[in-house]
Amino acid sequence: MSETVTVPTASAPRRGPRLLARLMASPIAALAALVLLLIVLAALFAPWLARTNPYDLAALDLLDSQLPPAFMPGGDPRFLLGTDSQGADLASLILYGVRISLLVGLLAVTISASVGTLAGLVSGYFGGWVDSIVMRIADIQFTFPAMLLALLIGGISQSLLPGDRRAALALPIVVLALGISHWPHFARLVRGAVLTERQKDYVAACRLGGRGHVSIMLRQILPNVLNPVFVLATLDIAFAIMAEATLSFLSFGLPPTQPSLGTLIRTGYGFLFSGEWHLVIFPALTLVLLLVSINIVGDRLRDSLDPKLR
Amino acid sequence: MIAFLLSRLGHGLLVLFVVSVLAFLLGNVVGDPVASILGLEAAESDRAALRVRLSLDDPLVLRYAYYLGDLLSGRFGNSYGAQRPIVDLLAERIPATVELALTALLLSVALGVLLGVLAAAYPQNRLVRLVMTSSVIGVSVPTFITGILLIGCFSLLLGWLPSFGRGDVVRFGFWSTGLLTASGLKSLIMPSVSLALGQVALVARLTRAEMMGVLRSDYIRFARARGLPERSVHFSHALRNTLIPIITVSGIQLGYLVAFAVVIEQVFQWPGMGLLFLQALAQTDVPLISAFLIVTGLFFVSINLVVDLLYAAADPRLRIKSVAERAG
Repeated sequence: MSETVTVPTASAPRRGPRLLARLMASPIAALAALVLLLIVLAALFAPWLARTNPYDLAALDLLDSQLPPAFMPGGDPRFLLGTDSQGADLASLILYGVRISLLVGLLAVTISASVGTLAGLVSGYFGGWVDSIVMRIADIQFTFPAMLLALLIGGISQSLLPGDRRAALALPIVVLALGISHWPHFARLVRGAVLTERQKDYVAACRLGGRGHVSIMLRQILPNVLNPVFVLATLDIAFAIMAEATLSFLSFGLPPTQPSLGTLIRTGYGFLFSGEWHLVIFPALTLVLLLVSINIVGDRLRDSLDPKLR
Repeated sequence: MIAFLLSRLGHGLLVLFVVSVLAFLLGNVVGDPVASILGLEAAESDRAALRVRLSLDDPLVLRYAYYLGDLLSGRFGNSYGAQRPIVDLLAERIPATVELALTALLLSVALGVLLGVLAAAYPQNRLVRLVMTSSVIGVSVPTFITGILLIGCFSLLLGWLPSFGRGDVVRFGFWSTGLLTASGLKSLIMPSVSLALGQVALVARLTRAEMMGVLRSDYIRFARARGLPERSVHFSHALRNTLIPIITVSGIQLGYLVAFAVVIEQVFQWPGMGLLFLQALAQTDVPLISAFLIVTGLFFVSINLVVDLLYAAADPRLRIKSVAERAG
């Protein structure tokens, strides 16, 4: 039966090449995209680009510790940005740190985007008590700033763990804390979009065609609400990376054995007052560069994909 | 209107309930009160006696009720770390955070509104455009980095401002203020500026967007036609109608400022609630952590209620709409 009914299928609008062209139309956005691309590539190929592997403790030489950047008096040409108190190459540490910051950001956004999208989809589609419960939970979370929630969840769970397990579980805890703290943003966004999609004829046609709820939600409605999710996710990566850096800076994020940019800034901050400014400035600049370029690209995406979000 | 406020109040109570349950579970189920009071070496009989005295063998629901009763009468218990009543610790620390957050709020709203109005009024001005374009940097730089950069510049390089602490304070009863001494004011500058900077950009963007909308409306054209000076059109006619979203955002901002104050207090070793909380986390001081949860919950629920109230009072349309929404 269902084959005889022509169901208008929803297909995501092709956005590849046109989107790229729009992004490139603004010189600032193009520059930001280029910088972002370079940073991501540098992080991906960190093991080949970095002079040394900062995790390899055997390769460290304490005689090389506390060196200023190569372009400063007393600098060593082997260490472009200088070395830390263990003699590790700061440039390599930063490359690996970007890798971790990006990884945590991507994982956290994957969690919050998928949980939030699913919750928003279900609550918008079914309405009624399901909707009330999901949105009530989201509302309770919205009472608190996401940053504070991430800090509460991450900090309290780290604090309750016995000391020897903290380092090993740090990454999953941070990822979960960030993911949990931000899902309501996606849920609210998707629910609103689903509420309007649900009224449309193609959904009614699918129902008449005998399609199940799950199939309608996932294969018909979902593709039509993905654009804003995509935009929010891009901007959210910046939030997640910033929140991770903040958590790590407060020493409730990633441990010094697995340093993210935030961890590097925290350890570097301790040396700021003794004049080793490079240990804090270079990781901080990298982090700012990363966040600024993600935000510019994200803003540009938002303007071209979804004017309503502005 | 009343229905709207009642529903918001109900929401606030629900949030407080959830927070109190979490805080209770944290303090009584995750942490072990007996071990925390007597230490791990205590004799079995002492522990049993204390269990009875603290009614730890009662059902969980009943214990939650006792806990709630304690909270309502202001008994938060003792901190493990400081070995002092938590209420005293909180009372000591709250003024520092409140002064920091309010100063930052004042700074960010004043600067942000000014910038936003100018950006809407003179969209072609080079300087205004430059500032607005660079606002994305303001949004992107994490608060703690702003703080570190300010310290590097004004404490280490120039030596003008103190890099940590609150300076000298003057006490009025339980309230201690740093606003009346020179060293207190000097110490306040960098923490409040680094806290405010990230928010200035947000306020400016919002004000600009709202102003652009208002400036296109008929009554503004009429005001101009009457020959009123531009400044009066912008600041007294147009700004008035953009105040509602600004009020709302300021409330939400105060929330964000308090959240980020935790970070800034760590950077500047500012003796407020945030630093207390971080110390509690570092020492796994469970009673203090759960007290912090309660206080934070109360604070954010009140902020949201006040914002809703202001919003309802400022926008007559909302009063009618909210009633209609409830009825429908």
